[in-house]
Amino acid sequence: MPTIRSDRVAAIGGVAESDLGDVAPKTALQLQAEAAREALTEAGLTTADVDGVFSAGGDQPMASVQIAEYLGITPRYSDSTNLGGASFVAHAAHAVDAIAARHCDVALITYGSTQRSLRSRTLGSSGAIRGPAQFESIWGLPLPVGAYALAATRHMHEYGTTAEQLAEVAVAARAWAALNERAFQRDPLAIADVLDSAMISEPLHRLDCCLVTDGGGAGVIVNAARAVDLPMPPVWIAGHGHSHTHFTIANMPSLTTTPADRSGPAAMAMAGITHANVDVAEVYDSFTITVLLSLEALGFCGLGESGDFVSGGRTGPGGDFPLNTNGGGLSYCHPGMYGIFTLIEGTRQLRGECGGRQISGARVALCNATGGVLSSAATVVLARD
Amino acid sequence: MTDLERPYPQPDAVTQVFWDGIAEGRLRLQHCRDCHRYVFYPRAVCPYCMGAELEWTDTSGRGSVYSYTVVHLAAPGFDGTPYVIALVDLVEGVRMMTRLVGVEPGEVEIGLRVHVAILGKPPLPCFGPADAGPDPGSS
Repeated sequence: MPTIRSDRVAAIGGVAESDLGDVAPKTALQLQAEAAREALTEAGLTTADVDGVFSAGGDQPMASVQIAEYLGITPRYSDSTNLGGASFVAHAAHAVDAIAARHCDVALITYGSTQRSLRSRTLGSSGAIRGPAQFESIWGLPLPVGAYALAATRHMHEYGTTAEQLAEVAVAARAWAALNERAFQRDPLAIADVLDSAMISEPLHRLDCCLVTDGGGAGVIVNAARAVDLPMPPVWIAGHGHSHTHFTIANMPSLTTTPADRSGPAAMAMAGITHANVDVAEVYDSFTITVLLSLEALGFCGLGESGDFVSGGRTGPGGDFPLNTNGGGLSYCHPGMYGIFTLIEGTRQLRGECGGRQISGARVALCNATGGVLSSAATVVLARD
Repeated sequence: MTDLERPYPQPDAVTQVFWDGIAEGRLRLQHCRDCHRYVFYPRAVCPYCMGAELEWTDTSGRGSVYSYTVVHLAAPGFDGTPYVIALVDLVEGVRMMTRLVGVEPGEVEIGLRVHVAILGKPPLPCFGPADAGPDPGSS
């Protein structure tokens, strides 16, 4: 067992996802409330115990204020930080810091979206474009996929990465999803299926892209005093970090390096672990290329080596680098901002409750989420006693 | 994806000069008087040194393709797929997103030398192969 240098400040005590898939006519707030209720119940707590509220949503201004009203919570700490899909992993970091500073004792993180049932997902903007986007949204690049495609083209050019290697990520995710009864897509997938799927924005095919689903999730983070009384084994947040480098893709310093090259080392240093200590990784897979770039930035392999790293089913069930064990955003669910689901699966793996997809003896999980157009990254190291 | 208005740039106090230049057939960039770097997109404060004296200068209009994607699923308001969107590194050291014109999608490669070609209504700074010699002022 690795020596976790954590001060045991805060632990995840409850996690839950809402109904996933197409949940019409449920609302995003309902999904969050149902997930929050289940997560709090799992932690042996109620909304009356919550004194810190954390939420973000692309279509929900004042997200933490909205969910707090819905659930009848008047917090003494509130955070609607929006880093895109990385938000909820950053929220977990903020919650640890807030708990350490005694600004709150029980933090509730929520997210929900009904983008699938509302058919609200679009690939661009219309009309007059203001701000920095006036130099990008005007060209017809479908977003966000086109920005990730630009990164994939560059990675292929610099390192010889292949479409087959990208497809490996989707194939492994689908194999994990087959072991997760809550996953949206569970039919077997082969590399050829990915390559034969419709081209969206070269080199990314439809099956290189995450799902578009409804869904919500919640996590409850408690201070050390409460952690010992949890019904479930506490899952400690042993380290965390986050960063961002750009909002528009033309301003990304290098298209092949994500800000996980800062968030990952920071989180691992705080936890006092090395890569060898990580038993399971949950790495936001908005697109197959997201995983390759993130694995390199996090240091699990060298720059340019991620294509080989994931090949041969290495990240799938039975492989020696279990990754996105719930099926990920590619096959489990992707309601627009996926980050919270990395926390949910990481927690469940460390509790040993994942059934057929359980990583035997997992004690350390690394969760990494990406937001925007490879803009932001947030990493946490989870550990159990 | 029908009936959505094609996006167009809405100039602001800083970017108006850029778009006025494009309308005149000129690709201009800000140049920082303090750190002597070119800045794009246009800003009120230099992102490299916090300098506030950013002067507009004409550029060569030349660059090379840093990355690109051939789009098969058009963004809302666009049609005519497949088309090529690229990130171009100008010789002045800034990177811009653009549409590549005058080149078949299958012919594009990273490193391709390109030159600005101001096209369309409203006029936008597209880029085409440099050896094709596009007239920067053509429309």
